[in-house]
Amino acid sequence: MAEITLQDIIQPENLVYEKSKLLTEKPFHYCPGCGHGTVHRIIAEVLEELGVDDRTIGVSPVGCAVMAYDYFDVDFVEAAHGRAPACATGIKRVWPDKVVFSYQGDGDLAAIGTCETIHTCNRGENITMIFVNNGIYGMTGGQMAPTTLVGMKTATTPYGRMPQWPDGTPNNGFPLQITQLLAQLPGTRYVTRQAVFSPAAVRNAKKAIKKAFQNQIENKNGVNFVEIVSNCNSNWKMSAVDANKWLQDNMLPVYPLGDLKDNFELIKK
Amino acid sequence: MGELKLMKGNEALAEAAIRCGADAYFGYPITPQSEVIEYLSEQNPYERTGMVVLQAESELAAINMVYAAGAAGKHVMTSSSSPGVCLKQEGLAYIAGAEVPCVFADVVRGGPGLGTIQPSQADYFQNTKGGGNGDYRNIVLAPASVQEMADFVPLGFDLAFKYRMAVCILSDGAIGQMMEKVVLPEQKARLTEEEIKAKYPWALTGRKRGTQHRVITSLDLDSARMEEHNRALQRKYDEVTKNEVRYEMIDCDDADYVFVAYGSSARIAQKSVQLGRAEGLKVGLLRPITLWPYPTKAIQSLIDKGVKGFLSVELSCGQMIEDVLLACNGRAKAEHFGRVGGIIHTPEEVLEAMKKQIIGE
Ligand SMILES: Cc1ncc(C[n+]2csc(CCOP(=O)(O)OP(=O)(O)O)c2C)c(N)n1
Ligand code: SF4
Ligand SMILES: [Mg+2]
Repeated sequence: MAEITLQDIIQPENLVYEKSKLLTEKPFHYCPGCGHGTVHRIIAEVLEELGVDDRTIGVSPVGCAVMAYDYFDVDFVEAAHGRAPACATGIKRVWPDKVVFSYQGDGDLAAIGTCETIHTCNRGENITMIFVNNGIYGMTGGQMAPTTLVGMKTATTPYGRMPQWPDGTPNNGFPLQITQLLAQLPGTRYVTRQAVFSPAAVRNAKKAIKKAFQNQIENKNGVNFVEIVSNCNSNWKMSAVDANKWLQDNMLPVYPLGDLKDNFELIKK
Repeated sequence: MGELKLMKGNEALAEAAIRCGADAYFGYPITPQSEVIEYLSEQNPYERTGMVVLQAESELAAINMVYAAGAAGKHVMTSSSSPGVCLKQEGLAYIAGAEVPCVFADVVRGGPGLGTIQPSQADYFQNTKGGGNGDYRNIVLAPASVQEMADFVPLGFDLAFKYRMAVCILSDGAIGQMMEKVVLPEQKARLTEEEIKAKYPWALTGRKRGTQHRVITSLDLDSARMEEHNRALQRKYDEVTKNEVRYEMIDCDDADYVFVAYGSSARIAQKSVQLGRAEGLKVGLLRPITLWPYPTKAIQSLIDKGVKGFLSVELSCGQMIEDVLLACNGRAKAEHFGRVGGIIHTPEEVLEAMKKQIIGE
């Protein structure tokens, strides 16, 4: 029997995984273990499967994903901090047949850009919004985000986030349930919360993201909103493995996974 | 031939936007320019030409809609008044850095802060000297009539797309609110997708398979590239300065003394010239039409021809006077005169100021 060579193994029928063609060759600058990279991969795969790469326009945020435009092989505009939904609105209104998506972190979407987020969702723009919630400001070195958990230590809550002082006077405020809030608005068609900490979670997240794009392609209105509960192992100061464990133990009880709204109907839990 | 109509300045601006084939207007109401979005909403340009009109949740949102829709190759504009233009400065800095064409109008009211809804020219600094962060410029056109409110919209778009930068139509509450005859141009068709793709290869329209994807951004963390980007911007601004200075001179040929005024102040100063001439004074008017690039050389040529002094007449405490002084560079006397707070100077008091401050007894 002839010996099996490497060339025999590298055959199309043996292919089990490959990088999406819609990801460029540019190496990610994301920390190893960070969820941003996985979310990028899923989006690229979905756009490739839907075959809309030649009519997609992405909007990148200010945050760790600011240079998302370097990684996706589709047209991109880089928005000011928090303004990605306004940018996406502007593009979609003048190019209703293009596929438009925004990609934002929690500081971008739920702090400085809350106004744009709410009104874009309330107008029911026919776009896809991807929201990566890692409970912290990753890019600027780990300060408190609106979604930071109570008690969570960050650079600006070094003793842990304390919504109120012991005597009841206001302090850091409460974790903002922005996704729940957006689900209440009549302009949102599909609102879901997903994660990417395990292969099963990644599969679910991909299904959700695909639906969020398909909805946009098939309809004329309604924001399709996908939150990804993610990690920031660097600023959480944990290993990637520990961060994923911590996420499941601490983030998911506050931000439980699953669909919140489908086809404009709130999902009763 | 165009169509003759009696219109408010703000309405003429809006109608001109529809007629020149603009693709979208994003705005937020504020006095004294709310007529722009009201007129557009009433005219329903989506039916007329397919032009999109959207009342945004704020000026911030509006300018960022403009930024991205402009990045996608469309002819997009917004308008506001002073406090609203403050909010637009963030987007304008991104527009400058990312080299996106757009037109915006500032129908100026008095400040600082909420100030007054009365006319003012105190946004000269805000619009000609930046406002947002970084080394950048916007082209600033100053209409002095309802006709120019209409004319400067298509001109603004031409310049914006020629140089890929923002063009400001710097008006004021008086020009915005007053009614005058205006000749409106005939309806121009909006560009088709094919035309946009052919004319603006940089525009985000979805990248063609097998070609490089396009990115519109103001960010570059590489210092050497960022320095070169800034140098390139400055070279572009030099080009604009070389090609696009616009101004008007009235009775300047034999003038000893010249009023420098733009917008509504120019109309008043024009009357002051007539009053002065009737008294035998050799006075003239230089009306800058572009406030950036500024007609510096026009002032210098007047000094060369023997003009001894300039009075910068503005509805402000003295902003444009700084550019007049820079142009004079000590070679001629220059001072500022202007009323503020919503009070509009009379031709008589402007002439009086020229006599007292510049001519002397
Ligand atoms: C107007 C403005 N304010 C502040 C900043 C600084 N800044 C950059 S990213 C960021 C927070 C980003 O956090 P998030 O949106 O959660 O994204 P992440 O990095 O965690 O993915 C801040 C405050 C900025 N760039 N612009
Ligand atoms: S800092 Fe945090 S969010 Fe940013 S790339 Fe690193 S792990 Fe990801
Ligand atoms: Mg974050």
